Amino acid sequence: MERKVKAKIIDETGLKRTITRLSHEIVERNHGTEIIAAVGIRTRGAFVAERIVKEIERIESKKIPLGILDITMYRDDFRQRLKQPVLQQTDIPFNIDEKNIVLIDDVLYTGRTIRAALDALMSFGRPAQIQLAVLVDRGHRELPIKPDYVGKNIPTSIGEEIQVKLKEVDDEDCVLLVEAPLGEW
Amino acid sequence: MQENRKHLLGLEGVPAEEIKLILDTAESFKEVLDRPIPKVPTLRGKTIVNLFFEASTRTRFSFELAEKRLSADTLNFSTTASSVKKGETLRDTAQNIEAMKVDMVVIRHPASGAPHFLRHWIKGSVINAGDGCHEHPTQALLDMKTIQGIHNEFKGLRVAIVGDIIHSRVARSNIYGLTTMGAEVALCAPAPLIPYEAEKWNLKTFYNVDDAIAWADVLMVLRIQLERQSQNFFPTLREYHNYFGITRERLEKANKKITLMHPGPINRGIELDSDLADDPEYSVILDQVTNGVAIRMAILYLLSGETK
Repeated sequence: MERKVKAKIIDETGLKRTITRLSHEIVERNHGTEIIAAVGIRTRGAFVAERIVKEIERIESKKIPLGILDITMYRDDFRQRLKQPVLQQTDIPFNIDEKNIVLIDDVLYTGRTIRAALDALMSFGRPAQIQLAVLVDRGHRELPIKPDYVGKNIPTSIGEEIQVKLKEVDDEDCVLLVEAPLGEW
Repeated sequence: MQENRKHLLGLEGVPAEEIKLILDTAESFKEVLDRPIPKVPTLRGKTIVNLFFEASTRTRFSFELAEKRLSADTLNFSTTASSVKKGETLRDTAQNIEAMKVDMVVIRHPASGAPHFLRHWIKGSVINAGDGCHEHPTQALLDMKTIQGIHNEFKGLRVAIVGDIIHSRVARSNIYGLTTMGAEVALCAPAPLIPYEAEKWNLKTFYNVDDAIAWADVLMVLRIQLERQSQNFFPTLREYHNYFGITRERLEKANKKITLMHPGPINRGIELDSDLADDPEYSVILDQVTNGVAIRMAILYLLSGETK
């Protein structure tokens, strides 16, 4: 369903700059690329992660490991749903022990997805650190979770929604503020 | 999963897209099983009871492991250690279990149709883990998962089911599932072991095992069910082995790549030569067991959303 767009918050060029800045911050905070690995949360977080890994490779000429996480099995709204969401593949092709894992998602909202992702990551081993990078932080946290790297803070009301569009799955690169359909809030 | 599917009683009539969804979902769970900590919290707080009215190792362990990997609470019931010994009926057993607020029931029963009967007496989901000579859907799904892992596509794939077809719920479920997915299925057995209903299935039938081997990409060898051989379906086991046993010589004569499957337990040296069963060149029997856990996790997951 098409939703009413209230504003385009980041355009294609802006998105590119944001990815570049996030990549620089990640490398700076971790003193290089030695022990970092990126893990993106499906669906759009995985594409953001891919772009960050590519950008870090451009800046530092080193490719950091990239993993993809599907958190469906860890969701906490399981019992409220009638139909099961379709599972997708998790693919973490490296050992996460002793690594600084940068967990990457597109939008940070209630924090429940991140909680699920943290639980999921722990069944792969014991990382040295887990850091959180998000393209957009829209507020309204329901859990004590705070991002380490933020593309843009966008204060929203509950009746609004953030849509991240990425060329990998959508027809353009941008971040939109849209009206949430009635009944979803 | 179909919006209204709550039980898995058999594969007869289950459409291809649902089978595909189950196989795809199992792929995600296979990855979970390879993790350092192979457990997810998905079914936390759900209670599942395994009702086994008939002997089983693989299926029961496989279901139990799948339930535990999904963090469900499990209860195990076997006839020898329960009130069934004292004469309790299936309906009473079911209603008592229902009173304990169980979310799902996995049932294996010597009578065909027992899971279908049970469904009327409990509110939770019923999963058929083998009913008499009727169906064994989870076995067929894990067989299909194993076949998919080797051949990728079902369309046009030739699967010959060899052995005690008349008594085999594994055969029935596989016939329904594989043909739905577009595979060609053929039967091969001494005539008395081919059921009447085979006419309705309209499948190619071989009475010579060498012809079946020459035709097939996959050989699904079935156990001769000694415990169900009350009538004389064939003169002796040795004769069965001579005419229908899968031997190395027969496979080598066919001189082609062939996938050898068996749902277990194997009667070594009767329907299948012992060393073939262990030969990774042909046999995927242990892959079948590994896939079994992932398939059962997928089914438990897909059916569990609708109990509320």
